[in-house]
Amino acid sequence: MEFEPKLVGFLCKWCSSAGADLAGVSRKSYPPNLVPITVNCSGRIDVNHIVRALKDGADGVLVSGCHPGDCHYTSGNYKTWRRVALLKHVLEDFGMNPDRVRLEWVSATEGEKFARTVEEFTDEIKELGPGPFSNAKE
Amino acid sequence: MAIKPRIGVFICHCGENIAGTVDVSGLAEDIIGYDNVAFSTDYEYMCSDPGQNKIKEAIEEENLTGVVVAACSPSMHEETFRGAVEDVGLNRYQCEIANIREQCSWVHGEDGDKPTEKALKIIKGVVEKVKRNVSMEPVEREHADKCLVIGGGIAGIQAALDVAEAGNEVILVEKEPTIGGHMAQLSETFPTLDCSQCILTPKMVELNQHPNIELLAYSEVKEISGYVGNYSAQIERKPTYVDTDACNLCGDCEDVCPVEVTDEFNQGLDTRKAINIPFSQAIPSSYTLDTDACLGLNPLRCSECAEACDADAIDFDQSSEYVEEEFGAVIVATGYDLYPKEEMGEYGYGKYEDVVDGLQFERMLSATGPTGGVVRRPSDGKIPENVVFIQCSGSRDPENHNSYCSKICCMYTAKHAKLYKETVPDGNAYVFYIDIRAGGKDYEEFIQDVQEEDRVLYLKGKVSKLKRVDEKMRVWGLDEIAGERVEIDADLVVLAQSIVPSKGTDETSKKLNLNLGANGFFKEAHPKLRPVESLTGGVFFAGTGQGPKDIPDSVSQGSGAAAKAIDLLSKPTLSHDPQVVEIDEDLCSGCGLCVGQCPYDALEINSRGVAEVNEILCEGCGTCASGCPTNALSLRNLTDEQLTEMIHAHIGD
Ligand SMILES: Cc1cc2nc3c(=O)[nH]c(=O)nc-3n(C[C@H](O)[C@H](O)[C@H](O)COP(=O)(O)OP(=O)(O)OC[C@H]3O[C@@H](n4cnc5c(N)ncnc54)[C@H](O)[C@@H]3O)c2cc1C
Ligand code: SF4
Ligand code: FES
Repeated sequence: MEFEPKLVGFLCKWCSSAGADLAGVSRKSYPPNLVPITVNCSGRIDVNHIVRALKDGADGVLVSGCHPGDCHYTSGNYKTWRRVALLKHVLEDFGMNPDRVRLEWVSATEGEKFARTVEEFTDEIKELGPGPFSNAKE
Repeated sequence: MAIKPRIGVFICHCGENIAGTVDVSGLAEDIIGYDNVAFSTDYEYMCSDPGQNKIKEAIEEENLTGVVVAACSPSMHEETFRGAVEDVGLNRYQCEIANIREQCSWVHGEDGDKPTEKALKIIKGVVEKVKRNVSMEPVEREHADKCLVIGGGIAGIQAALDVAEAGNEVILVEKEPTIGGHMAQLSETFPTLDCSQCILTPKMVELNQHPNIELLAYSEVKEISGYVGNYSAQIERKPTYVDTDACNLCGDCEDVCPVEVTDEFNQGLDTRKAINIPFSQAIPSSYTLDTDACLGLNPLRCSECAEACDADAIDFDQSSEYVEEEFGAVIVATGYDLYPKEEMGEYGYGKYEDVVDGLQFERMLSATGPTGGVVRRPSDGKIPENVVFIQCSGSRDPENHNSYCSKICCMYTAKHAKLYKETVPDGNAYVFYIDIRAGGKDYEEFIQDVQEEDRVLYLKGKVSKLKRVDEKMRVWGLDEIAGERVEIDADLVVLAQSIVPSKGTDETSKKLNLNLGANGFFKEAHPKLRPVESLTGGVFFAGTGQGPKDIPDSVSQGSGAAAKAIDLLSKPTLSHDPQVVEIDEDLCSGCGLCVGQCPYDALEINSRGVAEVNEILCEGCGTCASGCPTNALSLRNLTDEQLTEMIHAHIGD
């Protein structure tokens, strides 16, 4: 059976979750591997949450927020930006491919971009194969 | 935790929208075995009355402590379902939506069992969240009753009058000695050509006499702090050295004053005295002594004015007064300026006297202006026979100047050309334009009238060069429609200079924590749906500070901002979303990292050395909670534990 990665998506409520809703409204289909968690702001996402997801067995984690300058709370996404960049370095140091974590800006009008992002990310992780703690069935 | 959570899960078919892809009854069966799920059911349309009744009945019969509605996006019906659970006594925050339509069934139609599997995970995640939710009540807070209006142009005047008419007290702060703003400088106004001062001054008088309005002219907001409903401001009233009540406008002081300086109100086309009144209908109607120009406020150096004043209105001993006030709402109406002369070197603006801007031309056309309404060129006072008008001067030119359209210049240029032709019927008026934007009511007809009846020559194209040749300004340009170069020897050139945010906009934005857009104008909370609100609670925009506008639009926005302020002030208390951050003092090390992360200044390190949150200021983004190194901060109803369990529900088996 083909490897079906398990992916977690953290979406901010104001932009990215709304963008995901728009993907739905416009029926832009994408693979069902990513399970979304809507949070108030991408700034609510802590490196610990991403690490937790990977440790729990996720093969990849998507963090998605408003475009720079558009955060509903003005600047939460800038903080996430830095946190994710830092985490990627740390993951690399620990021997994990940093591409398992992806940060993407998706606005409420970018349904198409959301669908494409999930599709690309799913394909990419399929290529990479199961993560070190993966509990996806092979 | 005292009582074990009992969660009910309600799965909606949404007709075939969900049920066509997701096995809804299978889900209802599967979820019942999940931890703390005490009840589950599926139904055709959960949002319908019978659907909502099912939820209400189950809450009562099954003693549910929380509800998960697996349905469409929370942006559709979260309010509906929260209202329903509230009807039967459950706290609204004990109801959450699992979005299995937009983010599942609608996008995975071709994927067999997968959408059902994904829906189950989404539902489990939300169950994990709801069972840990706390019940919350909105935070209620008193507010101050007054409204502060900053800027007394037409937009601020309209806003102040509307707020005051609704029974609220208003303080209007204007930095100049008079209110009126740029509208007071205009001659006649497009498209109806009413005399600008004739329609403006009655409003100025009405404002000055309104029992609910206090006018602080020649004043500035020095400091302002606080939050929605509770701003405290310090306002400086600068000394005018003239007792407004005593001054009877006789003008004797002005006659004897020996100092002459450039007259700003007449855009530098005239001079004024050190003691002066900008125009005769100025409000407050009193003279102002300009200390920058005055010889010294000192009887030893000069006290001609004080000696000439029979009313004893002049008082050299005045000094700044500071007014401290609390405000519930603030309306920012600080207006525009013209793009600085220095920037327009290519058109010789600032270099040649006979190249003027639109406001200078307004003063020339104005019956009360320096030339008494006769158009005379500044260099030698001659009545110009050829006038070239250049539109978009500094606008729509991303490479060299501003990229945006200043919106009003097409219209005022047409007005200028028309009014010129009315005073100099034999004269020639040429207008260089990129294209004509006349979208307002009756505007296109106005332009057509100017082109056809007034015989103004419109040349589509840009001016490439402008130079003084003898007594004339030689203008080289392109007539794109005829496809030829043109060369005009003009007596006067009028630039439709770009509109920019008024000087001080930057400072105001910093004082009030307001955002500016890329072009430096105030940025509204939403470009379409919240055009008069700022992102700072209780602060609203009126007029050209938010973007270029004509008078009708400035007035409309003034009324719009007033309506928002009235709405806020009329509430007995203000309620605030209770989903805010909480601090575990035992874990807080007092490092203060969170203080700098909060975009709303909601956090501080208190006298006990630990972080403290102001629940009214906190907007609940949770950024600080994620940045806290000791996990001392947590966002109510989206705690680390909740997120961890949600993640686990999605992945962990
Ligand atoms: C040449 C020209 C011709 C025009 N002709 C027409 C026309 O015919 N018809 C038409 O509809 N529109 C016309 N307009 C547009 C019109 O001038 C504006 O729409 C209108 O004046 C905008 O009003 P406002 O209140 O937004 O701004 P403003 O008139 O700029 O008023 C802002 C006020 O705020 C004050 N202020 C600024 N900063 C502070 C501060 N920090 N503290 C306190 N006070 C402050 C200023 O002193 C000023 O009094 C013309 C514009 C130009 C340039
Ligand atoms: S949750 Fe956001 S708004 Fe509230 S205190 Fe923390 S950083 Fe500030
Ligand atoms: S609200 Fe979308 S990133 Fe902050």
